[in-house]
Amino acid sequence: MRRWLIWVPLAAFAVLFVVVASGLMRPSDTTVHSTLVDKPLPEFRLDPMVPGKPGLASGDFGKGRPRLLNVFASWCIPCIAEAPQLMALKARGVEIDAIAIHDKGPAIADFLRRNGDPYAAIGDDARSRVQMALGSSGVPETFLIDARGRIVRQYIGDIRADQVDRIVRDVAAAR
Amino acid sequence: MSLFLAFALAAGAAQPDYGNTQLLDPRAEAQARALMGEIRCVVCQGQSIADSDADMAADMRALVRQRIARGEKPEAIRHWLIERYGDYVSYDPPLSGATALLWATPILLLAIGGWIARSSFRGRR
Repeated sequence: MRRWLIWVPLAAFAVLFVVVASGLMRPSDTTVHSTLVDKPLPEFRLDPMVPGKPGLASGDFGKGRPRLLNVFASWCIPCIAEAPQLMALKARGVEIDAIAIHDKGPAIADFLRRNGDPYAAIGDDARSRVQMALGSSGVPETFLIDARGRIVRQYIGDIRADQVDRIVRDVAAAR
Repeated sequence: MSLFLAFALAAGAAQPDYGNTQLLDPRAEAQARALMGEIRCVVCQGQSIADSDADMAADMRALVRQRIARGEKPEAIRHWLIERYGDYVSYDPPLSGATALLWATPILLLAIGGWIARSSFRGRR
């Protein structure tokens, strides 16, 4: 009776094998991507972080020019590695603002003195509120906000030298 | 150290550090705690925010407690987080194309078990 049934366990095993094998072959991606990409920048308003430099609010974006929003901290080592690339982006005319996570004014001032200051404004996000509102899960991360105030891209981790050209193109495309 | 404590106390006077301080209302705290057990910490990805010592987890707990204290429903807070981090952030996966198999498997296995049991009981008679 129904002799084909004898093959069912083997077929089930084969399916399971393919699923597990394909899972093992694919490199695991543990980065958490923000699901706010292609959505408007959420509203926020943050106090200034260092004297002489304004704080940051969502209203500063979407004024007809694309801007980068860099999420960083003075205690974050990859942020130091990323600093030269941000300076290079600024030199090529990209406008960059930042929010500083879990940080203090003097520490940020010191960080900027040592690693350069590519920022037009820095907001104080001591409790990660705005970071969470952006769907960002760590430092450094950089969001590209287009001319209309929409988040169009998220760069997770420190920006490497070989990414600079592409980011300049992305910024030009976000006009 | 004492300076740090003074700062911590000054900050505490304005608003307690809800990342590590319970809400005064036990019902609200129970609600917050139930939700915190089901939200994934996004930096220490194997842990819920209730279990994690990461700064970010403390900030996420603070967010949950503040919103509960403001009278927000736990499901609304979960939705707010899912809107930003995706379904990934919740340990209670919603039914969707990708999770349909996950939800259907127990029912499917029960049905197969019932079918096997029925045919084997029938065979015995």
